[in-house]
Amino acid sequence: MGVIIAKSVNEACAVLAENPAATVLAGGTDLMVQVNRGTHSLETVLDLSRIPELKKWTMEDNQIILGAGISYTDLTHPQLSAFFPALAQAARTVGSPQIRNAGTLGGNLATASPAGDTIPVLVAMDASMQLKSSTETREVSITEFITGVKANALKPGEIIESIKVPIFKGPQEFLKVGTRNAMVISVVSLALVTDYLERKLRIGVGSVSPVPFRATEAEEFISDKFDWETNRNLSEKVINKFSELVANSTEPIDDHRGTANYRKHAVKVLAKRALERVSAGDIK
Amino acid sequence: MISETYSLLVNGKSYQVVDGHPSESLLWVLRERLELSGSKNACEEGECGSCTVLVDGEIVCSCLVLAASAVGREITTIEGLGSEDEISDVQKAFVDAGAVQCGFCTPGLLVAIDQLLNTDPDPDDLTVREAISGNLCRCTGYGRILEAVRIASKNRKVQNQEEQGK
Repeated sequence: MGVIIAKSVNEACAVLAENPAATVLAGGTDLMVQVNRGTHSLETVLDLSRIPELKKWTMEDNQIILGAGISYTDLTHPQLSAFFPALAQAARTVGSPQIRNAGTLGGNLATASPAGDTIPVLVAMDASMQLKSSTETREVSITEFITGVKANALKPGEIIESIKVPIFKGPQEFLKVGTRNAMVISVVSLALVTDYLERKLRIGVGSVSPVPFRATEAEEFISDKFDWETNRNLSEKVINKFSELVANSTEPIDDHRGTANYRKHAVKVLAKRALERVSAGDIK
Repeated sequence: MISETYSLLVNGKSYQVVDGHPSESLLWVLRERLELSGSKNACEEGECGSCTVLVDGEIVCSCLVLAASAVGREITTIEGLGSEDEISDVQKAFVDAGAVQCGFCTPGLLVAIDQLLNTDPDPDDLTVREAISGNLCRCTGYGRILEAVRIASKNRKVQNQEEQGK
């Protein structure tokens, strides 16, 4: 069959219904690495990169619905980054300009790497995803979608149509540790999102467990201690306790990018730093 | 074995790819099938930027583009910069600044920098560093590459002023 370039979501779903074994191609920045290494040979490819619907975003009831084909570069544009600065920060840390132009939000999620840069932010914000096949449309949360290391909940014939991200009031921060600024797969990443209206700090962490997750115990502790009037005056003791709780919730491993001990240490530093930065921001 | 025939639009010219395999990257097709060997092949995983080309006006790593998915897109390679008789202003600035040593990273850098100056004619050093953060050079230490960008930017400014003065 070769490469099929779909022009609409419906066409893509129809193609996939007929060819359930087709390889789905978005930005290609993950897939082509495997193809070039010879570990993944392509026969039938469904290219989603030219579907206009997947490149669009809309606002609905205080939520932004992002087409799955939106690139990392798109996420850093001021019109989008204003809604979720932490997501833009995360997108900005991906690869290089070349990679950010090609790679997509939907692709980052479908790859479902423990180190996927946008995932801790989306987890922290309780984002959800619309999955579509020729027969069904369903909505799943990010945590339901990512089922394990590089494993997702897509059923045969399904594609990611969009990602629904709630808008939160208050400062946000995304931090990532790597060996340099560009072209870095994160060793540890952390997102801190203030939800001023609900008086809640939301924390997502990445690269320290099989699946990025929310550090709920740390969230509860800090949301209670946080000064919601001035968001200043956090004692060092509270900050340290908070970062300990974040670190205690992680289950990192030793690998070629870092040891489990280093990751535990680094996530503590990031938690502390993110909290200090959020505390210095304008909360209302 | 699945084979495909399709055409690619490279540097304004249409090329036929005959008996292509669906797994071929754009970089491979450019170099091996279309004999456009200016784009270099090093890492094949998007790390080094030596295969940088423009696809519909944006820089991408051609090693990470599936060739047959680029049908109908406008592809610009290093061969599309300048003309048959004359090198481009950025290429000339690289020569003037001594920004080329082994030369392997140069085509990718030239494509990235030409694109940068087309969108931001007067970038500061930080912007330049960011714009070429996906292009590795292991010889120059980047000092002379940054100098080349300053020269090219200045020359474009002078040229624009002269054109406006006419």
